[in-house]
Amino acid sequence: MNFAFSEEQEELRRTVRQFLEAKSPETEVRRLMETTEGYDPSVWKQMGQELGLQSIAVPEAYGGQGFTFIELCIVLEEMGRVLLCAPYYSSVVLAANAILNAGTEEQKQALLPGIASGDTIATLAFTEPNGKWDVTGITLEATEQGGSWSLSGEKMFVLDGHTADLIVVVARTAGTSGTDGISFFTVRGDADGLTRTPLSTMDMTRKQAKLEFSGVAAEPLGEPGSGWPAYSKTLDQAAIALANEMMGGAQFVLDMSVQYAKDRVQFGRPIGSFQAIKHKCADMLLEVESGKSAAYYAAWAAAEDNDEVPVVSALAKAYCSEAYFHAAAENIQIHGGIGFTWEHPAHLYFKRAKSSEIFLGDATYHRELLAQRIGI
Amino acid sequence: MDFHDTPSEAAFREEVRAWLAEHLTGDFAALGSVGGPSDETGWETRVEWEKLLGRDRWVGLSWPAEYGGRGAGVPEQIIFNEEYARANAPARISFFGEGLFAPTLIQFGTEEQKRRFLPRIQAVEELWCQGFSEPNAGSDLANIQTRAVLDGDEWVISGQKVWTTLAHRADWIFVLCRTDPESRGHHGLSYLLCPMRQDGIEIRPLRQMTGSAEFNEVFFDGARTARDNVLGPVGQGWKVAMATLGFERGTAFLSSQLGFEREFADLLDLAHKTGAASDPVVRDELAARYVGLKVMRYNGMRMLTNLVQRGVAGPEASIGKLYWTTWHRAFGETALRVLGADALVVARAGGGTYEPGPQQQVFMASRAETIYAGSSEIQKNIIGERVLGLPREPRQGETS
Repeated sequence: MNFAFSEEQEELRRTVRQFLEAKSPETEVRRLMETTEGYDPSVWKQMGQELGLQSIAVPEAYGGQGFTFIELCIVLEEMGRVLLCAPYYSSVVLAANAILNAGTEEQKQALLPGIASGDTIATLAFTEPNGKWDVTGITLEATEQGGSWSLSGEKMFVLDGHTADLIVVVARTAGTSGTDGISFFTVRGDADGLTRTPLSTMDMTRKQAKLEFSGVAAEPLGEPGSGWPAYSKTLDQAAIALANEMMGGAQFVLDMSVQYAKDRVQFGRPIGSFQAIKHKCADMLLEVESGKSAAYYAAWAAAEDNDEVPVVSALAKAYCSEAYFHAAAENIQIHGGIGFTWEHPAHLYFKRAKSSEIFLGDATYHRELLAQRIGI
Repeated sequence: MDFHDTPSEAAFREEVRAWLAEHLTGDFAALGSVGGPSDETGWETRVEWEKLLGRDRWVGLSWPAEYGGRGAGVPEQIIFNEEYARANAPARISFFGEGLFAPTLIQFGTEEQKRRFLPRIQAVEELWCQGFSEPNAGSDLANIQTRAVLDGDEWVISGQKVWTTLAHRADWIFVLCRTDPESRGHHGLSYLLCPMRQDGIEIRPLRQMTGSAEFNEVFFDGARTARDNVLGPVGQGWKVAMATLGFERGTAFLSSQLGFEREFADLLDLAHKTGAASDPVVRDELAARYVGLKVMRYNGMRMLTNLVQRGVAGPEASIGKLYWTTWHRAFGETALRVLGADALVVARAGGGTYEPGPQQQVFMASRAETIYAGSSEIQKNIIGERVLGLPREPRQGETS
């Protein structure tokens, strides 16, 4: 048994942290969150060319570096720590894994090298206006006519949907329900019949769009109608990745709170000497460390691609969502009035925490998923 | 990161499995995992079982070979505990001796003390209890008032200890005493080792809210022990006691997670039988307890990896006691939710007996866990001050 990162992995973390501290300070986060695109193309390019971050977990056969899910999660944790504004999660986690899980060999050859190099920004469009995270939420219909497919319907909450060059769409074939008929398609961002509307997001550091499909010509990704196993796996991987990203933010707000509790003086002494504040910080540490244990273990399971993945993904998403939100909320409370201002960064993490908690389904949703998977 | 056994770990696991398969039969197997460090269910059978474990050196697994141990490292200890729990073997009875006193003795004891006490712990010839808490020294443990004075070649002890688990079963007590009458706080204390069966010691059982009486008050009225029976230097008892508490809060409880796995599985069975598992609120709670249970295991594995690789436990270690006690308390509440109306009675047969069932037992007993071995509030002070580096709260007599 060995539950620690290797020296190479620690080195990767240091390198990524150094890069992100230079490229994504709070001033940049605030500048980018006010833009519609929500990312800096030159930083995105540097991420690809200098550090190869987009290619890290893509297999070498498809233009990637072939590292494991653990390395991917290290990168995500560091991105979560600084609230990096970039289409990384949508492109490298959601879209790339969907293609890996659903695509044919030719499709992987064709689509993944672009994502790995950073030249293609991609995303996965799955959620709809009904706001359901389970398979019953997929209603967008794919129809075939003379060997070609077209999509009609609406997708909501699509991460970076308005800036993506390549959109992987989860749809269902006509007349199906439940896990039957689930299908993946790819659509170019500028396809005819596709209307993309950027949304004003509560968490301004992560952009979303509404996508309206009106008979949009689409290329099947894998075999239409049999996409459920690949979709389920993609969602599990996405939950694990998000859990790791969340723990970066959670550790950051804990550090912020502890520092403030040492510095801020009231009643003639640092507020961190009062048990009321000290115990809040201790609770935060317990939850942050525990969340990391869950997230890292899940990352390992995903790297092994073993049969624990469905259980540990639901488990990690449930635990980390609540741990991050609780830490981000307590961070505001510990800071007092200043923590409630727009100029203080506490609200950026608070909003990211809540947004990440809801995305893919909240803790209650994932506990029910877990209950089904462990036979409660 | 790799959670698979190495070849030598796999071989060790096989050895443990084979031993348990051969020996865990008859009355021992029938007993199952009932009882606990402070629960005397099936006591006589458990003593016999523990002796068998001791004979084949599973007691003292981690001790150096020169003291009869197997010199097992942390991974082997985990494997042993995993297989032990999987086999549903009887609850161990030597928690205070093997779990708390022995590691302290190995760290602080003289060669003579180690050779005197360790073999008898392993052979289950001597059981131990812990004499730390007093009526006025609970969370403020340094306020110890039990005194020991030298009379020739013997210490003479006077005072009162409380919450002494299994004192009535114990042959020896490790007892924290004030040996410098002029001292205050954590100065001037000594860690004495004292035989329990003598005239100067009176044990009074303390009946708990569970109805049973595993805790005791222990009164010392001129109790005697040999001058050599002090662990560590005279006057340095605080440091030794802190090491014991470190074991109690840290590694000694690692095996608990595995017992909790079984408690959870039993509760899940019950929830299916009663139909409670189809209630959405119960489902959510059960799933939340399962999450907590697994996270406890992951935390433990991270802590142990740190211990093996760096020789020190990381921040996960300090959260261990706070984590598992909080989890177990919540589990007890979930267990009662699953029981529903059946929680209202403790003995189906009626007739004035107070016999809580397993769920009620957890529900009640877990209330002690967030108090003993440093209450949750004390744990949070420790985490806040020693892990996060927050300033101490000023104490009486200190100026800010």
